[in-house]
Amino acid sequence: MTSHRSHPSYWAFVLHRVSGLVLAVFLPFHFSLLVQATEYAVGFDGFLKWSEQPMVKLAETGLIVLLALHLTGGVRLLALEFLAWRDWQKTLVAVCGGLSLAIGLLFLVNAV
Amino acid sequence: MKVSIWRGGKVGRFVAYEVPRLENQTVLDVVTYVQRKLDPSLSYRFSCRVGMCGSCAMTVNGKPRWTCRTHVSKVAVGGTLEIAPLGNLAVIKDLSVDMRVFFDKWAKAGGAFKGDKTRDDDFALIKPADKQRQNANAGIECIGCGVCYAGCDVVRWKPDYLGPAALNRAWTLVNDARDTQGPVRLQLIAGENGCLGCHSQQSCQEHCPKHLSPTASIAGLKRAVSVAALKGRL
Repeated sequence: MTSHRSHPSYWAFVLHRVSGLVLAVFLPFHFSLLVQATEYAVGFDGFLKWSEQPMVKLAETGLIVLLALHLTGGVRLLALEFLAWRDWQKTLVAVCGGLSLAIGLLFLVNAV
Repeated sequence: MKVSIWRGGKVGRFVAYEVPRLENQTVLDVVTYVQRKLDPSLSYRFSCRVGMCGSCAMTVNGKPRWTCRTHVSKVAVGGTLEIAPLGNLAVIKDLSVDMRVFFDKWAKAGGAFKGDKTRDDDFALIKPADKQRQNANAGIECIGCGVCYAGCDVVRWKPDYLGPAALNRAWTLVNDARDTQGPVRLQLIAGENGCLGCHSQQSCQEHCPKHLSPTASIAGLKRAVSVAALKGRL
């Protein structure tokens, strides 16, 4: 059974929505780490050491991909709504997805 | 070929039928076979059979489609078909849905043309190359089948949302140089239940059998509404 949702533009919508929600959940942790970095330097060193672990780097890569997906997806939507219409919307979706994965890969290569 | 067809109203069930598989058979042919040969109590709607009237749309294997021009060979999954009424519309019986809400929304979106010329005036001269005319032409071939409306998740989540077809109609009139309802129409379609409610999921243009792009029309409306708001005309 197929669905009316099985097409790239809908997947792009879901990815944009999910990445936004996950990033919103992550933001409080991000801010709390920022506070640690500025106020509790000694304790933060311990965290930095912990974050060197491969699994943490992999999770960070996931976050970078989500961030890239949300950014490129947002720019795509702005272009769709405020610039002249383009018939190659699926190509734009593919470009956004590819760009996000490339950014994640670049981060991973630099982290290793 | 095994065919499951929705029987009943809002509450009902799929009933299986065995229909002979023919070459060049459309989904409408299948439904018609069931009604004429197997069960005359089956209710469904069709008229022209050639993709002009927009009355035969149904959900075929999960996707909204015009059935008169959908070949079984293109949509049968594992040689079977599941045929249900269009989504997002109240089922009257079997495959017939109540289209009133759908068309009422066209009226709510300012879908009626209103000019200021009389029959004594000369024709309005509009060049085919005119940008506005081309925008209108891009959306004017809508046959009102309701496929885009049935495939739209914003309609599913917000039943008061005007929907792709009504907004596409509004966009063709916004671009009609002869129409006089411009600012009034923008007020009707601005807002959460109008063009601003669209999430650009693009299911409407994905499924439109006429290959129109209601998403493009709605994006155009969003731009028109933004410009009007910035200029204090909204």
